[in-house]
Formats: sequence, C-alpha cells, structure tokens
Amino acid sequence: MSLLELEDVRKNFGSIEALRGVTFSVEAGSVVGLVGDNGAGKSTLMKAITGVYRPNSGSIRFNGALLADRDPRGIREAGIEMIYQDLALAKMRDVATNIFLGRELTYNVLGLRLIDYKRMRVEAEAMIAKLGARVKSVTQIAGQLSGGQQQSVAIARALTFNPKLVIMDEPTAALAVREIEHVLELIRTLRAQGIAVILISHRLTDVFAVCDRIVVLRQGAVIADDPTRNTSMNAVVAHIVGAHRA
Amino acid sequence: MSAIPSSAAQAQSWRERLAGVAGFRIESLFVLAALAATMAILSPYFLSVSNFLNIVLATSVIGVLAIGMTFVISSAGIDLSVGSMLALSGVAGCILTAQFNLPWPVGIVACIGAGALAGLANGFFITKGAIPPFIVTLGMLGVARGLALVLTNGLPIYGLPAPIVFLGQGRPLGVPTPVIVLLLTALAAHVLLVHTRFGLYAQVIGDSEVAARAMGVRVERHKVMLYALSGALAGLAGLLFAARVNAGDPTAGTSYELTAITATIIGGTNLFGGRGSVVGTVIGALIMGVLQNGLNLLAVPSFYQQMAIGAVLVLAVWLDRISSAEGRRQ
Repeated sequence: MSLLELEDVRKNFGSIEALRGVTFSVEAGSVVGLVGDNGAGKSTLMKAITGVYRPNSGSIRFNGALLADRDPRGIREAGIEMIYQDLALAKMRDVATNIFLGRELTYNVLGLRLIDYKRMRVEAEAMIAKLGARVKSVTQIAGQLSGGQQQSVAIARALTFNPKLVIMDEPTAALAVREIEHVLELIRTLRAQGIAVILISHRLTDVFAVCDRIVVLRQGAVIADDPTRNTSMNAVVAHIVGAHRA
Repeated sequence: MSAIPSSAAQAQSWRERLAGVAGFRIESLFVLAALAATMAILSPYFLSVSNFLNIVLATSVIGVLAIGMTFVISSAGIDLSVGSMLALSGVAGCILTAQFNLPWPVGIVACIGAGALAGLANGFFITKGAIPPFIVTLGMLGVARGLALVLTNGLPIYGLPAPIVFLGQGRPLGVPTPVIVLLLTALAAHVLLVHTRFGLYAQVIGDSEVAARAMGVRVERHKVMLYALSGALAGLAGLLFAARVNAGDPTAGTSYELTAITATIIGGTNLFGGRGSVVGTVIGALIMGVLQNGLNLLAVPSFYQQMAIGAVLVLAVWLDRISSAEGRRQ
C-alpha cells in the first residue's frame, strides 16, 4: 500500500476539465517530481489533495483512508503539509505566529483558551535553528523578511508538526542559487527521515537532482510516470510539450 | 538567505515595540492630548469634572460601537449598519419592557439579541451570498432603520424599567455606568482580539484570506461570527443609548457608523485589514468625543460637526497611507 493513492481524480470548473482522471501514487519516504506546462493541472491537483478543492469524482487515499470531505484543517491533521508557491504567510504577523498558524499553542485561564505566545516563540526558535534558517528573530514581522527568509518560515511551518507528506509548489522559483541548494538538501533530509515529498517545479535540473520518480501532467492527465533513472531530461521535456503521445 | 539590515530592525524598534504591547499608535495619544489642550485654551468650561464626565459618557456609546467595528475592519471588512442596529436594538428592548411589561433582564437580552441577529444576517449574506460587506451592511443600514421606524410608527417609546435606566444614568462611586460598561467591554474585547484564536484569525483573515484558509481557518464561519459580534455590540450600545435617554428612539444613532469607523481608523486599526487595536479604538473614540464636546462648547452648529468628523476620517486614512508608503520605502 502506498502512502498516497490517487485514482481517477476528476475536477471540472464549469465546462473546463481541469483534471481528467488522474491516477498515481506516492510511496512513504520517496520524492516524486510533478512537472507539466502551465495549465496542465498541477496546482488544481494539489489543491484537490489539500482540501481546498473538492474533486468531482475519483478517490484520494492517504495511509489507506479516504480523504474525501476533509477541509484544509482535516488534511493537515492527517499529516499532509503544503508549502504554497505564494507561501501563504500572514505578512503582518511575526515569524512565530506564522509557524503556528492554525495550530496555536494555548493555555487555560478560567476556561478561556489563551494563545501561549511565549511558548510558541521558544519552539519556533528551536525549529528555525534546527533548519539552519537565517532568520534573525522569530519576533520579526514576516512581511519584512527577504524572499528566502519567508520561504524558510513557510518550510519551518510545514515541518513543525511531523508531517508524513510534504507538498512543495515551486519552492525554488524565487530563490538564489545558494538558497536552492539549501532547499534541495532539505528535501534529501526529509526523505532520509522517511517523509515523502511531492515537488512541483519548472526547474527540471532540481527535479532530476532530488526526485526518485517523475510524473508528467499534460492537459489534466498523467502522460508519463517513470523512475528518474529510467527517463531523461529530453524525454520529460518531450512529454511536457506534447511531442510524445502517451 | 541574506542578513537583515540591522538599521531597519532598530528603526522599527521603539515605536513598534510599544505598538506590540497594546497594538496602538502612540501618535493617537499625542493627537488626543493636543486636541484636549486646544479645547482647554479655547473654552474655559472644557477643563471641569462635569464636562469630563460628559465626554466619557458620550464616548461610551461610540466606543462600544467602534470596538465591534475594530474586529470587522481587522478582517478587512466593514459594517455600515451599526447605527441602524443600535436604533433597532433600543426599540426592541423598549417595546418588550415598556409596552409588554416584560421584566428588565428580557429587555437587556432583547437589545443585545436583536443586534446579534441583525449582525448574523449580515454575516450570512456576506459569506453564503458572497456579496461584499459594503453592500450587505449598507442594505442592513436601511433595513434595520426602517424596521425600527415601522415598529414604533416613527415615534420614541418612553419609560424603561429602573434597572435599565440605571445602566444609562446611574453613577456608582461617581462613575457613570456606561463608562464602566465601556471599560469592561474594552477589556474583554482586548483579550479576545490579542490573546485568543478568535481575534488572531480575524486579523489573519484581513491580512491574507488565502493564507488563513490554507492553514485551516474556517474563514466563512469566522466572518459570520465577526459580524454577529459587531451586531451584538451595536445592541449593547443601543441598550446604553436607550437607557441614557430613557426611551427607544427609532432615529437614534443616525450616522454613528461614520463616527465609529473614524474612531477605529484613528486608533490605528488598518483600514485594509490585518491589524487591529481595541486600546487604540478607545483612544480614537475619546478623540471623537473631545472633538464633538469641544465644538459644542464653542457653540459650533452640529451641521459643521458632521463636516469635521467626515474630514477627520479622510485625513486619518490619508496620513496612514503616507506613513505606510514611507514604511515600504525603507
């Protein structure tokens, strides 16, 4: 049994078929690259997994259990974290609040659950230190950090609650070379810890550098799904642009 | 991941650290002090105990309205219906107690409940109907006011039970009861906004609704609760108003939304959402109170007062835009 199993997942927006029956799976502790042209359905597919969209038909199983009817909160509780391309940070809040967003630590005062900012700061600091991220202080406002630092905050948030699967949407698109290497190294570390990763990226060099398998999406369907060692950059590009017919 | 420019980090420090404690702009206190000093110079009656009590009494109704507004504006929403909900609530409480002779606690529950129901309706149409809050609450401004007029045939209903009148006119230990109600409301609201998920999520929704949703915040449900809270506080303000004048007046609170929004914005709550401050809002309400009281003492006709409040609102937002544009350039 695979960790994540998608079977014939379909999603329409009116008359537009964004996903036309997507089937693929992700093994525990493996890194799967998901590539495809703009509009191929990558983001729609990920949003179907994370509960932002509800598929019209098909099934998504995680750890053997159906994920249908779960909203983003339920999906996170199940152990799936997503790092969004736009990072989904609250830019006016500090780093610690962002890391714990949706899962604030609380304490009880007369039956009232108050947010434990102090403990959140301490634990956020530990997480940032563990990731080796260059964020000066967890009390800094997220919107005042550099792009790379904001990325680290989003990553720290995804990793703080022991996920089993982390989905990364274009995590290297806005980064400098040194920062990209840092993210790729992080993905390898996650795999070593048995955490599965779905990497969505336009940068095929990154995909080939870290992925065990590469899935190509074209016009809402999977047209190639091969182990990285059995495929090549040319073959993947050909699938993406539609030169091969599956 | 580049190092942070330390000068920028230090430049933000003292102002933002102070803002971090209570979440308000220190400038608003200067404005309040300057305004009070000006009024004290212009009018010999300004600096007296009885006038001070007048100001805080007048501030209490607007303050309670503006506290609800603070939550709504923090979430990047707006509630234009607070003045009308205030009138409807006061009328509802008066009809039940003065006309149907129901006991006074029913009147209190009716006031707050009527406001909460109207706010709930706002929230329902904003989320389920996906209609902008501006339109929905503008509609409620008309509906609630109209309903208050229909229920009373346009005439005030006089005569409230003594315990309710005490809420408006009583002075335990010399402090007017509405002021005590305002302070307790502000304290509870401050804890709610700063120290609970409810308040944090309200601000995060205003900051980035997409982020809030992605992180599992139930955005629609939360918005409904925010508008219901604003309605309930408008109901409380309606209770205070009715209790003070000992009547349910269907024309009460006309154009109070203007004053409440102005007080909220002057207090440092971001008009475009993401950041709110109850402490700032109370200071903002005091500024409005001092302004109106001072203009009254100087015998400025009330028509000009409306002009002054409107001008202050636009000026406050303008100054905020200028200072935030400078902040971005750093």
